[in-house]
Amino acid sequence: MNNTFQNLFDTYNWDETLASINSKTTQDVEYALSKNKRDLEDFKALVSPAAAPYLEQMAQLSMATTKKRFGNTIQMYVPMYLSNECQNICTYCGFSMTNKIPRRTLTDAEILKEVAFLKKKGYDHILLVTGEANKTVGVPYIKHAMELIKDQFSNITIEVQPLDQNEYEELIEANLYAVLVYQETYHRDEYKKHHPKGKKSNFDYRLDTADRLGKAGVHKIGIGALFGLEDWRADSFFTALHLKYLQKTYWKTKYSISFPRLRPHSGGLEPKVEMTDKDLVQTICAFRLLDEDVELSMSTRESETFRNNIVHLGITSLSAESKTNPGGYVVEPQSLEQFEISDERPTEEIAEMLSSQGLEPVWKDWEAFQ
Amino acid sequence: MNDILKIADKEFSSRLFTGTGKFSSNQLMSQALIASESELITVALKRVDVDNEQDRMLQSIMRPNVNLLPNTSGVRNAKEAVFAAQLAREALETNWIKLEIHPDPKYLLPDPIETLKAAEELVKLGFVVMPYIHADPVLCKRLEDVGTQCVMPLGAPIGTNKGIKTVDFLEIIIEQSNVPVIVDAGIGSPSHAAYAMELGADAVLVNTAIAVSQNPIEMAKAFKMAVEAGRMAFNAKLATIKKHAEASSPLTSFLN
Repeated sequence: MNNTFQNLFDTYNWDETLASINSKTTQDVEYALSKNKRDLEDFKALVSPAAAPYLEQMAQLSMATTKKRFGNTIQMYVPMYLSNECQNICTYCGFSMTNKIPRRTLTDAEILKEVAFLKKKGYDHILLVTGEANKTVGVPYIKHAMELIKDQFSNITIEVQPLDQNEYEELIEANLYAVLVYQETYHRDEYKKHHPKGKKSNFDYRLDTADRLGKAGVHKIGIGALFGLEDWRADSFFTALHLKYLQKTYWKTKYSISFPRLRPHSGGLEPKVEMTDKDLVQTICAFRLLDEDVELSMSTRESETFRNNIVHLGITSLSAESKTNPGGYVVEPQSLEQFEISDERPTEEIAEMLSSQGLEPVWKDWEAFQ
Repeated sequence: MNDILKIADKEFSSRLFTGTGKFSSNQLMSQALIASESELITVALKRVDVDNEQDRMLQSIMRPNVNLLPNTSGVRNAKEAVFAAQLAREALETNWIKLEIHPDPKYLLPDPIETLKAAEELVKLGFVVMPYIHADPVLCKRLEDVGTQCVMPLGAPIGTNKGIKTVDFLEIIIEQSNVPVIVDAGIGSPSHAAYAMELGADAVLVNTAIAVSQNPIEMAKAFKMAVEAGRMAFNAKLATIKKHAEASSPLTSFLN
């Protein structure tokens, strides 16, 4: 039988899960905090309303735990958008098919121009991002882009449309390190509302992407939910469930969790369920307390103040100075971004911020030994 | 007393080996490593920018008397390990390699099967192989048979600071080994290091406990002293722990 996460996921019910989280008590939270190894029931307690008064304690524990495993370091990475062509409608995304914006897919020369800029900034780990346009930005384009830049970056991650296992295998052969693929929301019906058209409207294909990646043998898989589309407590739980399933099934693979969230009044889609700064810190700490070793990643969507403080509380990798439009660094800085960046500080300033807080920014931590 | 540790063609007067991960800055790392007086310092090849001769991390480590020990952290099988070792030899101009193969990225536990395979091949290729392994006495003998110059069994899962949890197996390894035994992972405090040395380990390797301490420089010194104390105690022969009370009148004297 072809076992995948979907088999496990289908045994859960969203409303019951949320009710279970919301019914957690002070005692459950204290019990969870007292343990050395925590399970998914403990995780529920830690993301529950009952845990809110324990935020400081969670943060202290999260910091100590992170430090033990990752030391005083933060891995630096930078995204490079290759294309904003897209055949999906996603209600929250600037690249959504029906948005009337100029579409661009970077040429080789343009990619190299952007790369030259990012190399000067010191980056060695890069995240390549595209929309979903299989004819122009399919596997051959992605593979070609990777080959074009592989001498300049030790570590290449992609965030592109979900692919088949054999396609991932092909890219791994070409030194692909990691793939990020967020479920956006684990709420099936709400997912349909936000993805009415395009290949992305297939919830199940997306849900089992991490399984295809695990089977293909990728080094790292990044998962997450776009907080705000639905209740963040339940979406956090399903992300955690997904993580634990994957860790047991594909034990040679490393995992990372990202925490994108919709912000109210930022010009984009208004969140259905708002996740406040406090909620986000609670979620990050809950993940760290569930898993000492998972990478937790923070993008420039969040504000300067938030990022200055969160780097101690469980986060282990950080991007900086990101542009979320193809050619955004050099080629066409004025084009429309996929989403609004909140922390626009230059890379040097972020590195300085980390150093002044006793954290060493790590630029290179990978070598393809194949 | 002349108490030199010899591994392959190199002699070490310090029995504290150190690592370079998790420090809050290269400068602090450099000062802590100096304070440790360690003469063998391991560095993850994946962290080194081999194309850049000015790599800041390497510059922070190198001084006279210090030997660089590249490690293969990040590889998942024997094939990748052999490739990494060759890359390290070329880039860092040393044929010493700390062989670490952990296909499990969560607990970084070593794969004994791939490690043995890689060790055999690397020895043939002329490397001085220092394999990081479970505290498995049989595996240690197998590695010795294929020609590794030492064995590096773990005290506890790496980075846990839990101490010498594998003591019963380490004692067997130390008893049986014809090559130096270096306790590699899990040492969280100077007392753990001293204990390993008292057991008869030839050296210990410490990273997290120094790097993540509030004061890495003082902690490095503390480890140096603990390793020296433990070694001295081992050489001086510890008084035996008595398992039974000894009756003042022997119970068997009637036989005489």
